[in-house]
Formats: sequence, C-alpha cells, structure tokens
Amino acid sequence: MTTMTLLEAVTDALRTEMRNDDRVVVFGEDVGRKGGVFLATQGLQDEFGAERCFDTPLSECGIVGTAIGMALYGIRPVAEIQFLDFIYPAFDQIVSEAAKMRYRSGGEYTCPLVIRSPYGGGIRGGHYHSQSSEAYFCHTPGLKVVIPSTPADTKGLLIAAIRDEDPVIFLEPKRIYRTAKGDVPEGEHVVPLGKGRVVREGTDVTVVAYGAMVAICEKAADEAQKRGRSIEIIDPRTLVPLDEPLILESVKKTGRCVVVFEAPRTCSYGSEIAAIVAEKAIGHLEGPVVRVGGFDTPFPYSLEHLYMPDVRRVLLGIEKTFNW
Amino acid sequence: MNRTSATAEEPFSILEADGKAGRDKDPNLTPELLKRLYEVMVTTRVLDERALALQRQGRIGFYLQALGQEASHVGAAAALRDSDWLFPAYRQPGIPLLRRVPLDDIVNEWFGNDGDICKGRQMPVHYSFRQANFVSISSPIGTQISHAAGAGMAARIRGDDTVFMAFFGDGGTSSNDFHCGLNFAGVFKAPVVFVCENNQWAISVPLAQQTASASIAITASSYGMPGVRVDGNDVLAVYRVCKEAVERARKGEGPTLVETVTYRMASHSSSDDAARYRDAKIHDEWKERDPIARFQRYLHKKKLWTEDWELEIHERARHEIHEAVKRAEALPRPSLDSLFEGVFMNLTPQLVEQRAELLALKGPESEELGHFPL
Ligand SMILES: Cc1ncc(C[n+]2csc(CCOP(=O)(O)OP(=O)(O)O)c2C)c(N)n1
Ligand SMILES: [Mg+2]
Repeated sequence: MTTMTLLEAVTDALRTEMRNDDRVVVFGEDVGRKGGVFLATQGLQDEFGAERCFDTPLSECGIVGTAIGMALYGIRPVAEIQFLDFIYPAFDQIVSEAAKMRYRSGGEYTCPLVIRSPYGGGIRGGHYHSQSSEAYFCHTPGLKVVIPSTPADTKGLLIAAIRDEDPVIFLEPKRIYRTAKGDVPEGEHVVPLGKGRVVREGTDVTVVAYGAMVAICEKAADEAQKRGRSIEIIDPRTLVPLDEPLILESVKKTGRCVVVFEAPRTCSYGSEIAAIVAEKAIGHLEGPVVRVGGFDTPFPYSLEHLYMPDVRRVLLGIEKTFNW
Repeated sequence: MNRTSATAEEPFSILEADGKAGRDKDPNLTPELLKRLYEVMVTTRVLDERALALQRQGRIGFYLQALGQEASHVGAAAALRDSDWLFPAYRQPGIPLLRRVPLDDIVNEWFGNDGDICKGRQMPVHYSFRQANFVSISSPIGTQISHAAGAGMAARIRGDDTVFMAFFGDGGTSSNDFHCGLNFAGVFKAPVVFVCENNQWAISVPLAQQTASASIAITASSYGMPGVRVDGNDVLAVYRVCKEAVERARKGEGPTLVETVTYRMASHSSSDDAARYRDAKIHDEWKERDPIARFQRYLHKKKLWTEDWELEIHERARHEIHEAVKRAEALPRPSLDSLFEGVFMNLTPQLVEQRAELLALKGPESEELGHFPL
C-alpha cells in the first residue's frame, strides 16, 4: 500500500497499465511534455516515449475520432479531454460512433477505449470548467460511465476501464484531485465495473452519492448522527452499468433515500436513481426520494458556493424524507 | 522582406529595428491615431500587469495576459469602425480599451461583483460589452469563429455594410469551428476578417504539434479566400493588412484570413508555468521584438514620443486602474436572485421553486472551495 492522492492514483493506474500492456497509449491536449494541466500524466512521456504518450492538436473531435480508429485497429487508447466542459465538439464521435460500433456492426467491430476527463465544480472555474454532464453519456446506450471518489477506487476502476472491451467515459472529480488521499494497492489493482461500495453503514436513510459529493455526504452524515439520524452512504462508482441491488437492498433496509449530485436537477442521473428506487422499492419507502443537486442554471462563478450542494443542503434533503 | 504588400509566406512588416518604416510602406497614419494606438497598447500592458498582481495576491480568481501581443490585437481592431463587430477570444484585452469601455466595467468583471455586466457568472476576462459591439466571450476554443461568419451572412441579408472581426489563437485553427466558420464565410462571401493570433503556443503545445501546414495563412486558399501573414509585433503592419482586409469585406469582396505572427511572452494563464515546457532562449529572442518598444522607436523618430508623455500614460493608467479596483472591491457579490435570472427571458416555474428553496436556507454559506488550476 502507498498513500496517494486521487490525482496520483490516476497517474499510477495509467503507468501500471502502460507497463502491463504495450497496446495502451495516452494522448490529449498538453498531456505530454507538461504532463496535463492537472499533471495527471506527469512522467508518462519520459517513461514510455512520445509514441505512447503524446500531445494532440486542439481538437476534441480529432482526439475521440482518432481514438475510435485506434481502438478499431487493435490498440488501447486512453484519451484525455482536458475538461469535461470541452467534450462537446467530440459528442458526435462519442454518441454516434463509439457508442454504436459494436451494435451496428453485429459485433464485428468494437471500441475498447477510455475517455478520461476531469469534471465537476468547486474550483472557481465558472461555466466552462465546472460542469457535471454525466447524464448525457449515461443516456447513450453503449457507453459505460465511471466516477471514482477515492484514490484506491480511482486506480482500480481506471485499470478496469482500460481492460474493458467497451467504450468507457471515466470522469474524475477534480475538486478532490489533491484533497482525497488514501491507501492504494501497489501494482495490479482492479475494481470491477458495475459494483458499488457501501461508504458507511446506517439504518435510517440511504444517501446515494458519487464523485466529490461523497465526502460532502460523509460530513453531512456526521452532522445527522449528532441529531440522531443514522445514515447509510452508497457510492455506485459506476453509473453505467449501475449496481442496482446494492442501492435497493439499502433502501429496503432504511426506507428512505436521498440522491446527491452536482449536475442540474432536471434529467440528472440522480433523477434516474430516484426513478429506479420509486419503481422497485416503493413498498419499502417511508418518505419521498429526494434529489439534492445543482440548480437548473448554467454553472455560476461568483455564486458557486450557493450552487454546489453542501452539508446544509444534504441535511435538509435528509430531513425532507422525514417531514414532507 | 522588401515587399510592400502582404502574402501568405514571409510575414509582412513595416517597422525596422531602428524605428524607421520600410521604404514605401509607411501607412502615414495621423499623429492622433498613432498616439492613440500607442497609449492603448501601453495601457493594456499596465492593465495586464495589475490584474496578474491581483490574482497573485488572491484578490481575483484567475487572469490571462496578452503580454507581447498588444500590437497584434490592438492594431487589428483599430482597422474597424466603431459600428463594426468583434468576436473576440480571451486574449485581446486591448480591444475594450480601444473601444473606450469604462475601466469599471472591465475591473468589475474580474471581481465578478454586483457591478459586473455579466453578473459574476463567468470567470475573469470573459467579458461582454454590447455598447462596444464586443460579443460575449466563452472558454471553448474556436466557437466564435462560425458566429462571426453567421453575423457576416446576416449583414449581407440585411443589406448593411458592417464588417466583423473574429479573433482566435493558433490552437483555435484546429477546432471544428475554424473549418466550418471559414468554409461558410467563403461560400457566402461574408464580410469577415478572421484574425489568427499565432503566438506559437496553445498552452504547452507548440505550433509544430498543432499543424503540419507551412503557415496558418495558406490554409485560407482551401476556403477560397486570401490569407496573409503579418508581423504581429508590428502595429503598423497589422493595422495596414487588416485595413485592406476590412475594406475588401466592406466592398462585398468577402472574407480574409490574417495570421499575425507573434509570441506569447507570459505563461498561458495565472495557473500555468511555461518554464516547465518552454526554452528560455527563444523567449529572449522575441523580447528583442517587443511590440511596444518597436513602436516607441518609430514614434520617437517622428517626434511624437517623449519620456514625459510615457510617464504620463503609465501614471494615468495605474491611477485609473487603482481607483477602479478600489471601487470594485467595495461592491458586494451579485444577489442570490441573479443565479436564477437570465437562464431564460423569464423564470420558469421550476426555477422559481428552486430559488425559493435556496432562499429558505439559513446559516453561514459554505466557502470550502478549491482553486482554479488552469
Ligand atoms: C474546446 C476547448 N478545448 C480545450 C480548451 C482548454 N484550453 C484553453 S486555452 C487552450 C489553448 C489555446 O491556444 P490558442 O488557441 O493558441 O490560444 P492562446 O491561448 O495561445 O491565445 C486550451 C487547450 C478549451 N478552452 N476549449
Ligand atoms: Mg496560441
């Protein structure tokens, strides 16, 4: 075990898989010499050379389009999109091509590729360096969507994503890149896609959260504990495919459910979880499923602290499941 | 470089090392215009220095300088009429000054305070100045290029003679919108001047990694428009080349791509450290070609520059910026209401409900946010 930050765990995962499998290549804007604007790819070009870790022209469309071509031809691209907010020029390639390749070709052609991208708010980045647009990708059949919240999960999930035979959107909560620290297994470490994690056990309310929201919910759970509420926190870790049994079992035990996320509320992934719980656990619910998320506005700059769900809003959400 | 007109190969320049204008090249601008260009360039530099210092002191969240590119964008925009429109990127701070946008409007945007035209909704330097026909800036690279083409198409449809100027970097030429913007402008003969400020870098990615083309200007031929390369550290050359392009556009002869060859003297932004990836030697070579020093020598020769005047410009800029910063820091944050307004013309019922939810929250606001890393 080594203690590292979530950011270092990204680098560790990439390094581990690049050593393990020489088909793995890493590319994107500024990932080479500079090592990425967050330094997630630092040292990779030195170790593996510019053939396997390289800078591209400033074109997300080009980055993803060529990643698809590489995957078709049998290597394992791990493409970085500098901020999730800049992925939209590549949307067509992701949605129309990568996501549908296996299906439309009857399985003749597949797209085992990973698109890594920092996402989420809390860093004073305004509209274009803060968005949580995971729902667009979850809505697209054929894409797996992964969001870690701890360094160990980051490493294990990223390695699993690189080994996966389907396209994976791997979203990194940049707000906790350097603040999330923890023990990470050295060398080989795989966390299977599709398996969630019980962050803490509790009996009164199930709180489902992912990415940077997990830590906020842990603080809120501490507060709630002081007020006599026992909170169970579930981190799905993979949004697609979702570990439904883990969430449903928990809700059947607690009878209450709050979903916490940063994205605008309407059509959010949190709405999907709420719908699943309502549909499959209605007989166990003792209160409404409550969504605590961003507001239905673009991500703000000066008022970011009001926009982001914080401990107060999570607590309020928890109370709403009792008093409605 | 003895030519008297610009082409897509060697960058066209006018100012020589000793401050003379090349033979038959001096555009003979009026003393008023020359002095105005100089003053705006110097003020731009003071503004940039001051803003970066504010960022370093933690008083504003982010800043992005145009050090070394003052001639490139000020000279280009000066070729327009005030009624012509600008579609800027984020590295043209001299243009609002040229168009006499009040300093308070600029400084309030950095602070994202209640006086900010954009209501604190965007990061610093993402200005919007409708009064100056300066269209709202966004972060995604290149998107404004096709907007300029469309605005130009609209002016043709409306039958007026407005000209549009779009700015973007060398990195921006790799964007989808560079292609579709130039392609549309070519097909529809839109009155647009596309100004690519080629400062050789897109954050840490050098030009050679951005394009295998011998120049950016020559790509214009694929879109059926002229492309010209100009020395971007030579304000007279930039002005002259852009003036010709603006006139072509106004006469209905269609768009032009202008490549201003310059250098990003500062790091990409307040979050970047160019020393990690750049050779200091090349940097020093470009320092020799500083656009303000070169222009100053020219003005000196023309007896339009004195040390006293130089001091006066600096003093005035420093003082006015200082006062604007003082006023900006005294203003509160935008109101909570402003978070929900402006998504649509009118609030939707959902937004009304969400606003009420937030208003009902009592207690200290949480401020545990991180810092912007780019
Ligand atoms: C679509 C998109 N991708 C990535 C980024 C991140 N980014 C911001 S500035 C920049 C480099 C831009 O270089 P260039 O166009 O040459 O302009 P310069 O900064 O040199 O003025 C990058 C990659 C972005 N803003 N938008
Ligand atoms: Mg550039």
